Amino acid sequence: MDNGQGMGGGLAAPSAVRSEGARVVRAGFIPLVDASVLIAAAEFGFAAREGIQLELVKDVSWANIRDRLAFRQFDVAHMLAPMPVASALGLGSNPSPVVTPFTLGRGGNAITLSVNLYRRMQALADLAGDEGALANAEALKLVIDDIKVRGEPLPVLGTTYPFSSHNYELRYWLAAGGIHPDRDVKLVVVPPPMTSDALSAGAIDGFCVGAPWNMVAVAREVGRIVAVKEDIWPSSPEKVIGVRPEWADKNSETLARLIVALDRAAAWCDVPDNRRALAQVLAEPRYIDAPEDILHRVLLGKFTTDPDGHERTVPDYFSFHRDGANFPWVSQAQWIFSQMIRWGQVEHSREKQERVATAFRPDLYRNALGPRLDIPSDDMRVEGGDREDGFIDGAIFDPRDIPAYLRGFHVHNLENPVPTRDET
Amino acid sequence: MSAPLSIMVFDENRIRASIIEEGLREAGHDRVVVLHDIAGLARQIEQIQPDVIVIDIETPNRDMLEHLFQLSRSVRKPIAMFVDSSDTSSIEAAVDAGVSAYVVDGLKKERVKPILDMAVSRFKAFSRLQQELAEAKSALEERKVIERAKGILMKSRRISEGEAYALLRQTAMNEKKKLSDIAQSVVMAAAMLGS
Repeated sequence: MDNGQGMGGGLAAPSAVRSEGARVVRAGFIPLVDASVLIAAAEFGFAAREGIQLELVKDVSWANIRDRLAFRQFDVAHMLAPMPVASALGLGSNPSPVVTPFTLGRGGNAITLSVNLYRRMQALADLAGDEGALANAEALKLVIDDIKVRGEPLPVLGTTYPFSSHNYELRYWLAAGGIHPDRDVKLVVVPPPMTSDALSAGAIDGFCVGAPWNMVAVAREVGRIVAVKEDIWPSSPEKVIGVRPEWADKNSETLARLIVALDRAAAWCDVPDNRRALAQVLAEPRYIDAPEDILHRVLLGKFTTDPDGHERTVPDYFSFHRDGANFPWVSQAQWIFSQMIRWGQVEHSREKQERVATAFRPDLYRNALGPRLDIPSDDMRVEGGDREDGFIDGAIFDPRDIPAYLRGFHVHNLENPVPTRDET
Repeated sequence: MSAPLSIMVFDENRIRASIIEEGLREAGHDRVVVLHDIAGLARQIEQIQPDVIVIDIETPNRDMLEHLFQLSRSVRKPIAMFVDSSDTSSIEAAVDAGVSAYVVDGLKKERVKPILDMAVSRFKAFSRLQQELAEAKSALEERKVIERAKGILMKSRRISEGEAYALLRQTAMNEKKKLSDIAQSVVMAAAMLGS
């Protein structure tokens, strides 16, 4: 039975917490490359070494992941970083408590448009094919202006979930190009494995989802990658490990061991030489069930961006561990909150900002891994200030003044928020 | 008197959906709409404003519903089943059966629970039926393979049908394998050896 006696304390070093037998931890996941750390922890012995029997359960929707975690079918889950923030704010149809002590890495998303839409951008904006993400957004703006003049239907773009990094990244990119995501295009939700089918059938004109689905659409010659996450904001948190706070309290020792296992697995995943073995395991039907060579190329950041064979290498397309990629920055939870406000999902208040701060738990991360030079001592920082880590539009996010940050945007939905439950 | 509940069943499996629909009608619910296809779902929800949506848990389209609810300007935002309840056994039964539901916030649980219980039991009955069908099919397949293996052994070793069967059974026992697995190996080996 998994009913741990919490040891707590800041010195729970991995070697000192071996007092009990192997604990079963059930973890839900969605078949995506950014579940790699979790899968590697189970497959390559990192969990077993910490006395954890990690049972991975594949699921089909984020709503299921959220509900099955809430209803105790999972102990932990692979989750979108905005999900714990949404639950802290009472958003969504099951806002039960969930926090994250560990980010599963950065990167992995991209924006893909249909080849037809891209051809039209090329014709109107004279694109050669190797332009940057911002130039592509601006070219899309020209096409949308043209579409409006001609009275044609607006482009339909797919994301994954209302509270997803994909939703906020796609919106950020569109807005940076002067496109209003709620007025100039139509946003819909498409399950990632169905994106290239939807694109080739003409049901959507583009999408923003995680790996490997962008590359799959290019390989099938239906899509053209116009931006990757690194172009929009390299540090943008992607997936996290979600836990119920009550489970984290009752099983603090198990959780600490799990964090240690995930930390080791993440470091392993970061080594380029290990990525062949990782791709091999990810390709299996019980995990992602996609071609191994595409997964390997995606992991190495070697892109074919369009069916004409344009190549692009993004060395940090996936960073699973380095540069504190697993540290749950509270400032990043606040950035997610800022985007929810920007697009009218919620309104700002001090009290809500305090609730958001409890969704990311750097204290649990530090407790498990102990003092280490690469672990930040602050919970918050100014995001995007570093030239290497800038936002696509050059904005800088200071979590201490979200309203001021939001006043800097021209494209937003601040005047038109969607009503939430506690206001009605 | 409370108004009759409006119920939407979204299930890509038409047979299962009709089984659920029938159950609902038997229980006296006459405001039931069944949808099989994601196309038009948004419009239907807008028009019907269902009190309860019953949905297959195996469909990735649940995330699309979440998106619709988020966009909705209606105050009647649905919540996932039993969010405010500690009725874990009902929830487990539902998830095990593969069914989920959205319920308009504020609706009394006593009114919704019988609907979900019915959906759960019909989902279960359906998967039992499917399993039985699959088992019957595989039993038939196994019998065919055993017949073929017997034929191969009879021909190549010039033995009787009874002896061929006994040989297969003895080998299965020695190898601690299923009879049909041994038969499968015989058939495969024969194919490879071109006999």
